[in-house]
Amino acid sequence: MAETVTITIDDRQIQAAPGEMLLWAALDNDIYIPHLCASREEAHPTASCRLCFVEVEGRPAPVPACTLPVTEGLVVKTRSPQVDSLVAMGFELLMSNHRLDCKNCSANGNCELQRIAKARKLRLKPKNLPVLDKNLPVDDSAANIVYDPNKCVLCGQCVRACRKSGNGTLGFARRGYLRVVTTFGGVPLGESNCTNCGACVKVCPVGALAQK
Amino acid sequence: MNLTAEEKRIATETTRQLLSTYNDSRGNLIPVLQQVQNKLGYVPAVAMEEVAAHFNVPAVDVYGIITFYNQFRLTPPGKRQVKICMGTACHMRGAQIIQESWERRLNIKMGETTEDREYSLERVACVGCCTMAPVVLINEEVHGKITPTRVDGLIFSHQLDKQKEKEGAARDE
Repeated sequence: MAETVTITIDDRQIQAAPGEMLLWAALDNDIYIPHLCASREEAHPTASCRLCFVEVEGRPAPVPACTLPVTEGLVVKTRSPQVDSLVAMGFELLMSNHRLDCKNCSANGNCELQRIAKARKLRLKPKNLPVLDKNLPVDDSAANIVYDPNKCVLCGQCVRACRKSGNGTLGFARRGYLRVVTTFGGVPLGESNCTNCGACVKVCPVGALAQK
Repeated sequence: MNLTAEEKRIATETTRQLLSTYNDSRGNLIPVLQQVQNKLGYVPAVAMEEVAAHFNVPAVDVYGIITFYNQFRLTPPGKRQVKICMGTACHMRGAQIIQESWERRLNIKMGETTEDREYSLERVACVGCCTMAPVVLINEEVHGKITPTRVDGLIFSHQLDKQKEKEGAARDE
């Protein structure tokens, strides 16, 4: 097998290691594909945010870039009417239960949602869907972390980070619309076994987890 | 819901006993939790911690499983398990209102148990008596055409039953 393979993204020829996921190959070459849940270290991507769709030549429907290993001669497009409508819908659904408070949000200016909206010319406020505020209590019991579940997009980055450098405090609970990132027994962070390492704050792509 | 020290001890011991017959492969995780629920009627936090330690996963993962599946309960069942039918017919005939009246009368939310362990509330999908909608199941007993006043009536008749039992017990002595 060759050291690198040549792929074409948006008519640009790119060299990438075979088997690498397309998303990372594109990002390394300054081609932005929206993404929230993907992680380089993960062998099995969760592919849950449904934002990194790309059009692959020879395939009838768009596929998520984070689960597509690159192969020699792969030709993809990051934009097409089908991709754009899928991403727009996914993004609108995400924003329909994200508490919009950019002015007071700690992630303002450094927010993945703002970045996606700018890159794809989408609006942060949903146009066709009502905004459902979960109205969950903001948890500021920990020494230097504030957690606002109303802003959480359930990407799972904090859960992974917590497993890696923290204590395994954070995890997913419940199901469907009620799904939240929470601690064992749903207790506030201050009463859990959280070590205040702040790894979760560093990886949170939105302002759900913030430094005090 | 606060558990007594005795309940916690029983839960821990039962869980340990069950765990001793399973190896730590992840495939055994849910069967173990089901066994715990079979034995205890619910899965308390202490049992979850035991299970998490056995399978070498963060405790929050076990909590995630318990809260994900409807079959698991976090609180001990009450003496009278009230199940409110949320099937299509019951939903259309105001199951939501029935749910709210139970919650208000017992002063607990769905999935909880009253402090005296007398009642626990649950939502179920269709119980198969759509003609009697809205339906409430109390233990195995079906009550049809429920209204908020009938909720009050049911609770009152339970209180009467309890009183009679008490008097009967006093007479026997």
